[in-house]
Amino acid sequence: MREKKKMDLGSLRELLLIGVVIILCIIWTIMNPQFISMNNVTNILRQGSYTAIAAVGMTMVIIIGEIDLSAGSLICASGLVGAMVCKSTNNVVLAVSAALLVGVVVGGSNGVLCAVGKLPGFIATLASMTVLRGLAYIITGGNSVVWTNEAFTKIGTGYVGIVPIPVIIMLVVIIFGVFLTSKLRFGRYIYAVGGNMEASRWSGIAVVKVKIIVYMIMGVLTSIAGLIVVTRLGSGQPSAGQNFEMDCITAAVVGGTSMSGGRGKIIGTVVGVLLLTVLTNGMTLVGINTYWQQVFKGIIIVVSVLADTHTKKN
Amino acid sequence: MGKVLLEMKHISKSFGAVRALKDVSIDLHEGEVLALMGENGAGKSTLMNILSGSLLPQEGEIYVEGQKVSVTDPVTAKKHGIAKIHQELQVVPELNVAENIFLGRWFKKKLPVVDFESMITETQKYLDMLELDVKPTQKVKDLRIGEQQLVEIAKALSLDARILVMDEPTSAISEKEAEKLFTIIRRLRSEGRGIIYITHRMEEIFKIADRLTVMRDGAYIGTVNASETDTDEIIRMMVGRDVSEQYPKDPTEKGDVAFEVKDLTYTPAPGSFRRSLKNISLKVHHGEVLGIAGLAGAGRTEFFECVAGVHAREVTGEIYIEGKPVSIRKPGDAIRAGISFATEDRKGSGLVLQRSIGENISLPLLRQFSKYFVMDLKNEGRAWEEQIEALKVKAPGSRTLASALSGGNQQKVILARWLLTKPKLLLLDEPTRGIDVGAKAEIYQLINNLAKAGMAIIVVSSELPEVIGISDRIVTFCEGELTGEFLQAEATQEKLLHSATK
Repeated sequence: MREKKKMDLGSLRELLLIGVVIILCIIWTIMNPQFISMNNVTNILRQGSYTAIAAVGMTMVIIIGEIDLSAGSLICASGLVGAMVCKSTNNVVLAVSAALLVGVVVGGSNGVLCAVGKLPGFIATLASMTVLRGLAYIITGGNSVVWTNEAFTKIGTGYVGIVPIPVIIMLVVIIFGVFLTSKLRFGRYIYAVGGNMEASRWSGIAVVKVKIIVYMIMGVLTSIAGLIVVTRLGSGQPSAGQNFEMDCITAAVVGGTSMSGGRGKIIGTVVGVLLLTVLTNGMTLVGINTYWQQVFKGIIIVVSVLADTHTKKN
Repeated sequence: MGKVLLEMKHISKSFGAVRALKDVSIDLHEGEVLALMGENGAGKSTLMNILSGSLLPQEGEIYVEGQKVSVTDPVTAKKHGIAKIHQELQVVPELNVAENIFLGRWFKKKLPVVDFESMITETQKYLDMLELDVKPTQKVKDLRIGEQQLVEIAKALSLDARILVMDEPTSAISEKEAEKLFTIIRRLRSEGRGIIYITHRMEEIFKIADRLTVMRDGAYIGTVNASETDTDEIIRMMVGRDVSEQYPKDPTEKGDVAFEVKDLTYTPAPGSFRRSLKNISLKVHHGEVLGIAGLAGAGRTEFFECVAGVHAREVTGEIYIEGKPVSIRKPGDAIRAGISFATEDRKGSGLVLQRSIGENISLPLLRQFSKYFVMDLKNEGRAWEEQIEALKVKAPGSRTLASALSGGNQQKVILARWLLTKPKLLLLDEPTRGIDVGAKAEIYQLINNLAKAGMAIIVVSSELPEVIGISDRIVTFCEGELTGEFLQAEATQEKLLHSATK
């Protein structure tokens, strides 16, 4: 009985957020019926897809008590590498593998700097964010990279039936994230290390390894998001993905992940992405300009975290 | 007895499903020291947090000198003349002593310039009062823990409060410092102030308290005059039953050697505050409890850490489990070899506070409770329930957060975890520190039962009667060296102390 009550309290937050999403949907539909059209709903899902994919990784990084500021630069770098390999080899498998490899390497080096080098994640990833962005401009000379392979373009623009491919990828990533954090042994390691690194170490958990792997997962997921972004845009841009990491962090925080580590849920983050995407999409649709959109986004962050800390106190 | 200074009436407070306080009423008179007693989790700290405005009660009223007051936050508490010395230090390490004492009310010359000179002079006054030999300009982080606690006390004194709450003020200070504190408390009392004093140490009660109020399980049990009661009655009131035989010790069958260490030497990395160890060699048999006595900083905890594989790179020496040499390069190796270390530092190296009791219990055994990377939640859940049951952890369920538990129950969760690993050798570091009599008795019984079942146990404890009471054999540590060995029958406090201070 008591156990059940506790569970309800835990998912209360997600239910509340879903409630807010539904209310928002109703408001937007009243203001502009087009909002609920098939076309726009698909659009929302596609817009949210790449943020959700990387935010799943970001949630794990935050649970472990760290942060990844390099996500935006990595989105750009992995997309560029994919585009360049596709351009020169015309081989989709090679292009995708190369992009994912970039994610593994960048994530891995973030993890090593952080876990072995004992740098705070904030600093390590701040550095890689800057380095990657610089490299993106050096390699491209500031120009965009285009390719001709249609199959590569399909990653971001294609459909299976009526479902966009990015949405399918997103669903797979979400299921992976939920399964990993709630059912896998590694999920337990993440929560334990994020909650108390010393206690985890003394319990025989390989803290360094766990941190590096989490950063690698983050890197790979970000690269997948990068492939979607670049193929949707149709060209590799050295300026792509600016501030993208902030969207991921926002979604995680709105979804209830604690910035001090040890607590958070993938599902919360997914709902957070949905809320932010519906908000942005709706505001654009009813004609609220982008500056005001930013103001509202900021307010959402404050309100949701305030509500969270307040309910925890009681 | 002076007139009534403070009344708290019918106070109730719940945290979620947990009822922390049930209709508690207490009163405090002018010029008296009221000791507030109770086991961990009895609700003392909650009650005092309500008085000092850190928590809001759901029901109940507070009267100061007959006037009903509403204490909504620490600032209004101060206005009503209520000040509290916290159990956990609340100093700002990077600020100096004077800045800490007058935190939030720094003297100002002309806004916004701070008048440091008079703050320092004023601070010196309180430091002299406490005979505390530190400078007002020293950074608090450079002080010893005991000195930091005295700074907290100075801070409360400087508030010039009518009602002073002291929550275990002597837990980190030396006996000499405690005596000074008692002198000051007596003076404050003669000035007509009221003091509420929380402690687990019986002897302190009889030294300074006028009356005692006992709480149990969030309820008021009773109030007695200190001059008309004794330790047994207080314990009975606190526990709700007689605590029979303090140290249960059944004769055990001493088995083969379970654990042996030869020439363990530990050279800490430069800059570390840890004590180095020199050529420690000892043996523990199955079914034997070995006590380690020594002063704080003698290297006892370091010894445990080395055996448990925490400092593997800086350690030399050989370790044998049941006669077979084992190589311990990391904590996981020790756990696999059958060595479990229950730490004293519950919040540091012990518990993951924001996770559930259950997750904390199975932390070292996640591999055992999973199959191909996937957790076997059913099996794991069963183990959680069994351990909670076996150790009588008081909690609503296995999913309760570890942070919601009292100190004694947190200690039990740590024990539950390490017993689940079914160790051959159990290392217990101060297993009863900061926990109440009832839980202490349970832990003694547990140690006794484990030894009877054939486990080898090493216990570090700073309380000499405890070490003598529960161990078959006792060794003493002094400055990183093993300095003596005694059988229980021949050990006395004097001998141990002598051997530990060579």
